[in-house]
Amino acid sequence: MTVRLVRSIMGLAITSAVLAVILYRLNSPLAAVFELSVCSGLISVIFITTVSFTQRISKERFFIRRRERFLKFLYLPIIIMAAGFLLVRCLQIPQFGLPAPAQVADVRLALWGLRHLDLLGQVVILIAGVFGVVVFFKEPDQ
Amino acid sequence: MSPESLELFRYFIIFIILLFITGVYCILLSFNLIRVLIGLEILIKAATLLIILAGYTCHRMALAQAMVITLIVIEIVIMVVAGGVVLWAFKYNKTIDPRRLSNLRG
Repeated sequence: MTVRLVRSIMGLAITSAVLAVILYRLNSPLAAVFELSVCSGLISVIFITTVSFTQRISKERFFIRRRERFLKFLYLPIIIMAAGFLLVRCLQIPQFGLPAPAQVADVRLALWGLRHLDLLGQVVILIAGVFGVVVFFKEPDQ
Repeated sequence: MSPESLELFRYFIIFIILLFITGVYCILLSFNLIRVLIGLEILIKAATLLIILAGYTCHRMALAQAMVITLIVIEIVIMVVAGGVVLWAFKYNKTIDPRRLSNLRG
């Protein structure tokens, strides 16, 4: 198992946990719980399981890859800082108003009343995912 | 939208755009399928934060949370199937470097 990939996965899990805190602070406790348990927990487990099935690369290729990656990701902080500076300087969001729909205060009512087709879509996507995994790991018939 | 909400929206949208740039950069420059999936996850995180922020500023948190729950379900299915694709690629090609996956012709 590659240590650097595991580090990347841990970083993603920490990002999810921070996002869950932000969601909680933005008055979305249910979405925060889903984010923390599913995205920070379950997806990290899936990634670590996937990584555990792969193999490490040799030491020579490791050093070559590390140099390549350093050269590639050297520009990312510069781009991020430049984009952040430009956005802070230039971003002017216009005042806009949206038509007021029916206000639903409870997320359960919103999910089961307003967005009930989303639930059907979730079921269909889950079934499609299950079939996809079954097809991928199906042993070929002799 | 109140001026306070607009100011909050402005601050958060900067971080959302930076998160989006990070995800796109990670997808474009990584030659490891697992890192590409991590970049995709970062993009989905930016979309999640944008939906919740839009709901917060427009005072429609219930609708935003319902959409985020749907997004998380879609995200988990995508990650499970994509993990299956990575394992399948490794099983048949012994690599997860997309440059070396040369079985697909066309």
